[in-house]
Amino acid sequence: MRKIVLAGNPNVGKSVIFSQLTGAKVMISNYSGTTVEFTRGQLNTEHESFEVLDAPGTYSLEPTSKVEEVASDLVEKADIVINVVDATNLERNLFLTTELMERDVPLIIALNMIDEAGHKGVKIDVEKMESELGVPVIPTVAVSGEGLKDLVDSLSSSVNIDKNSLSIPDRWSYVGALVGRIQEIVHRHHSWLERLQDASLNPLTGLPLAGLVLFLAFQLVIGLGDFLHEFMEDYIFEGPYETLLVYLSEAMSGRGFLHDVLIGQLVEGKIDFEESLGVLTTGVYVELGVVLPFLAVFYLVLGFLEDSGYLPRLAVMVDRSMHRLGLHGYSIIPMVLGFGCNVPAALAARNLESRRERFIACTLMAVAVPCMAQLALIVGLVGRFGLEYLAVVFASLFFIWVVLGLIIDRVMPGYTPSMVIEIPPYRIPSLKAQVKKLVMRIKGFLVHATPYILGGILVINILYTLGIIDYLGMLFTPVVRGLLGLPGEAVSTLLIGFLRKDVAVAMLVPLGLTARQFVIGAVVLAAYFPCAATFTVMVKEMGVVDMFKSAVIMVATAFSAGFLLNLLLDTIIPAAYLAAGLVALSIILPLLLGSSSDRRELSDLDEIA
Amino acid sequence: MKLSLVEMKPGQSGVISSIKGGAGFAAKLNQIGLREGKSIKKISSVFNRGPVTVNVDNFQIAVGYGKAIRILVEVESIEENSSRG
Repeated sequence: MRKIVLAGNPNVGKSVIFSQLTGAKVMISNYSGTTVEFTRGQLNTEHESFEVLDAPGTYSLEPTSKVEEVASDLVEKADIVINVVDATNLERNLFLTTELMERDVPLIIALNMIDEAGHKGVKIDVEKMESELGVPVIPTVAVSGEGLKDLVDSLSSSVNIDKNSLSIPDRWSYVGALVGRIQEIVHRHHSWLERLQDASLNPLTGLPLAGLVLFLAFQLVIGLGDFLHEFMEDYIFEGPYETLLVYLSEAMSGRGFLHDVLIGQLVEGKIDFEESLGVLTTGVYVELGVVLPFLAVFYLVLGFLEDSGYLPRLAVMVDRSMHRLGLHGYSIIPMVLGFGCNVPAALAARNLESRRERFIACTLMAVAVPCMAQLALIVGLVGRFGLEYLAVVFASLFFIWVVLGLIIDRVMPGYTPSMVIEIPPYRIPSLKAQVKKLVMRIKGFLVHATPYILGGILVINILYTLGIIDYLGMLFTPVVRGLLGLPGEAVSTLLIGFLRKDVAVAMLVPLGLTARQFVIGAVVLAAYFPCAATFTVMVKEMGVVDMFKSAVIMVATAFSAGFLLNLLLDTIIPAAYLAAGLVALSIILPLLLGSSSDRRELSDLDEIA
Repeated sequence: MKLSLVEMKPGQSGVISSIKGGAGFAAKLNQIGLREGKSIKKISSVFNRGPVTVNVDNFQIAVGYGKAIRILVEVESIEENSSRG
């Protein structure tokens, strides 16, 4: 089967074309770097079946990052390359095209977003472009499918140019002259989206806007998520589903190993979705009744932020602050993704240039950014003790994120160079694409989380039955009680937390903790170690050595934070004051300390100058 | 008049005259669309050493302070007010 590789600059729509050609479902967003690995799919035409590979975006075949290397390698293996070119941005895109033309591979150009170019007043003479370059040029609008049939039809007429290689300056002047001949720009007025675009980059309007966007996103996820959660609880779990389980429990005469695993322990003769700890009771309740509602709303909000093109603007607004933590603005993207699930967040860190940045970003994300599954449980369970306790959890994690960043940036050699990113235009997200993305993400959650949640609960039951949890509880009582002020059995939640953090948080309920104990448990569980799925990806991304260092940092941080909370919370400082104090410190400390990375980057400049 | 991207005022336009730094540094900026001879317009910058945003051709690029300071621009004219027409 012949291989078609989709190659092009970041954020030109390669993944949209891929998904339209193959019907495969892939993640698509309006910012650079959504695709970090290649995706495979199959295209069947009347005459032939092709294997289609969607490469990550690259500006050049001489790669400057890990992600770009993937693209460059793929082109080597291609039988046909479809070069996806952003029609609104011809000059920069054609640089890669000329590089592709020098490779020994047949080429077709998909001149994508031709509609947007029209709106922007960019007129391209397609026939002239075709004759100048000597390869077929097919205008497309990938999101609506326009031109894709032509693209498929012209696969057979792809042309191998194999030009002589140009030097970089010669290449730019060739491209510049070419664009001058085939493109005409007509002046037109700014649209309201473009005005909003400028406003979100100007700090006077952009910073308040960033605050507003994050606040609304938070409110929406917590508010609407909780509403859906209550709805599921009232009408499904405490309704027909409970009736069904009671029937099942009675059929098993209320005991036995199978009953323990499926239904769990009855609390005062009744099924308790939080405390029974059975696969069908707590397992299903945690996954579908608590996590799913919050996760669905979060992904709805995230999808909008991604596709509108807002995230890179947020990166610009937070760049200053992130520099103080040894990162730059673009690392806000893995952080935001991490609130959904830490796995894609660790993958997205691949877009960061240096090993140093990837280390800091992955470590901070894994320690201080709880995934939505875990957050849903924290909001639901800690929230019962009062909003001030919930605030302490969030404030503690924020404080850990800031302080840890400040420390690692100072201790780790090297510096984090400042960013250069493309800011995509604002686009109004299409409803169809949003729904598709949401369905894909929820399916992904159900497929990936279910075995871990069910497996986690199975493991708990086996460990309880064998008496291992009691034994470990006894063994670790001095540490867990002395350091964290928690009962020894809490150690079991740390074990399960490695499988699923949401289940682990739920397991705090049967321990009958006080408010302060619950807060400590939740913070330690969030920070101490990533779950197995995240851990696997992090090892792959960072290597064993860095992962080991990162893990040491995580464990040390989690226990120090737990110890400090145990010392201070409600004993010396009331919850509300502690939360406010931690947030204030997190803001003041970086301002006092300044950025060491900045100084190192600037002194680097002095050496060159 | 030659100014760095950092020194330019929002709304000012000019042509990039030089990029100070090693070959790798310049190559990275070239790829994304910033290179000598390109006309650019500064859109905004975040205060206190924040990134600078510029318009090049039809798109926008944000450049962090540490890089923006190394990009020198021959500024065409000084427009004190940055109002758009």
